[in-house]
Amino acid sequence: MRPFTFERASSIEAAAKSAASNSQAKFIAGGTNLLDLMKLEIETPTHLIDVNGLGLDKIDATPDGGLRIGALVRNTDLAAHQAVRRDYGLLSRALVAGASGQLRNVATTAGNLLQRTRCPYFYDTNMPCNKRQLGSGCSAIDGFSRQHAIVGVSDSCIATHPSDMAIAMQALDATVETVKPDGSSRTIPIADFYRLPGDTPHIESALERGEFITGVLLPPPTGGKHIYRKVRDRASYAFALVSVGVVIHPDGTGRVAVGGVAHKPWRIGEADAKMQEGARAVVGTLLANARPTEQNRFKVDLVERTLGAVISEARG
Amino acid sequence: MTITVNGVSAALPDDLRVSLLDFVREHLLLPGTKKGCDQGACGACTILADGERILSCLALAVQYDGRSITTIEGLGTVDALHPLQQAFVEHDGFQCGYCTPGQICSAVAMVEEARRGVPSHVTSDLTSDRFDLDHDELRERMSGNLCRCGAYNGIAAAIHATYGDGNTVSDKPQVMPEAAE
Repeated sequence: MRPFTFERASSIEAAAKSAASNSQAKFIAGGTNLLDLMKLEIETPTHLIDVNGLGLDKIDATPDGGLRIGALVRNTDLAAHQAVRRDYGLLSRALVAGASGQLRNVATTAGNLLQRTRCPYFYDTNMPCNKRQLGSGCSAIDGFSRQHAIVGVSDSCIATHPSDMAIAMQALDATVETVKPDGSSRTIPIADFYRLPGDTPHIESALERGEFITGVLLPPPTGGKHIYRKVRDRASYAFALVSVGVVIHPDGTGRVAVGGVAHKPWRIGEADAKMQEGARAVVGTLLANARPTEQNRFKVDLVERTLGAVISEARG
Repeated sequence: MTITVNGVSAALPDDLRVSLLDFVREHLLLPGTKKGCDQGACGACTILADGERILSCLALAVQYDGRSITTIEGLGTVDALHPLQQAFVEHDGFQCGYCTPGQICSAVAMVEEARRGVPSHVTSDLTSDRFDLDHDELRERMSGNLCRCGAYNGIAAAIHATYGDGNTVSDKPQVMPEAAE
């Protein structure tokens, strides 16, 4: 690990300002992904800004009947929160499908959103990777790509976003709340938060330099059945091959976000509109522009079958 | 800056890069906590921070300033085994033993998580506030601790023998008194 300096942020504004003044600075909260990447010198910040003491660990009801989740709420606490379990079951389900008890006790809401891909070539510093070193090439496209993205891909990158939680946030129309270094705040709909790789796969979100996530807002509960189905190579403690998060109402309408298939949680409004027509119609739209490799072509069928199973489960 | 490990106060390392795992093993010479993968994939380094299970390999020691850490050395000793340690012996909960300290620390805190109503991936009713640590719940909640020897049946038996369904044991996890402060 490269040497770094360390500070404990005294306020949100101070944290954002500090990050803006040093392009090599990083915020650290749980550290469960950042420290892993620092050990491998994939992330090489020269300065760490510890934001754990900023009091952003509360979950509050909002005036409109939704929830505001502090950026530093731990994954365990979010999954276990009574209102989340009752009204946003999809979020609880997605959270407990990810990582392990030990990791969920430390990993934060904002950190979960910002975790990096687990593409093995991103992690292997001996191999070209455009996300790690822009212009070096993508080793996955002609390499071992069974785990990789099938939709929204580019010639530069076919990495997936690894978060389970973000799939639920996408399906629930969450909004990311931030503060910029100049002290101004803004909200970013989750649909606009993540970027496709294009020719800049190293840029993964809409966040500007120094911009600090303070929380995530959930709109009022949607009702309906909430189901998160994750398909992976072992029963637990593994990243998704594909995952399907749905909210389905008694009349068959609903929404679906899919994980393990793209550089971001994958959801398309026109596909949601076909929920009453069944999994084939939904996936036909959702993955219409899929560009799988020979090794991950199976994911197209896997998404359809997983969604089919989930719709059947919702009908009871 | 100080940290409390097994009830004893210790100065934090000068080198900011030192993980909590390397700190307890190499600086405090408490080798019970094991370094398996060092990247958050195996659970061998599991310790307790203020009673919660965490991976010490993915933690900077400096971030735990003022916190209370319990390692396997703080749960039991050779002369006074923690009940779960005794159960691991009786139920063949290990073969090589390398994952065992992490398994035991993890299980002690896992039982508390279930008691306070934290749901798991296999919990059927999310709104229930009581979870019995049956076969599936116990294994799912312990899935962050790998055992390359495959002693899982013995591990599960030892945890079950010590904590039953997780609801029936009346007392808190048995942390040694000096470590609990």
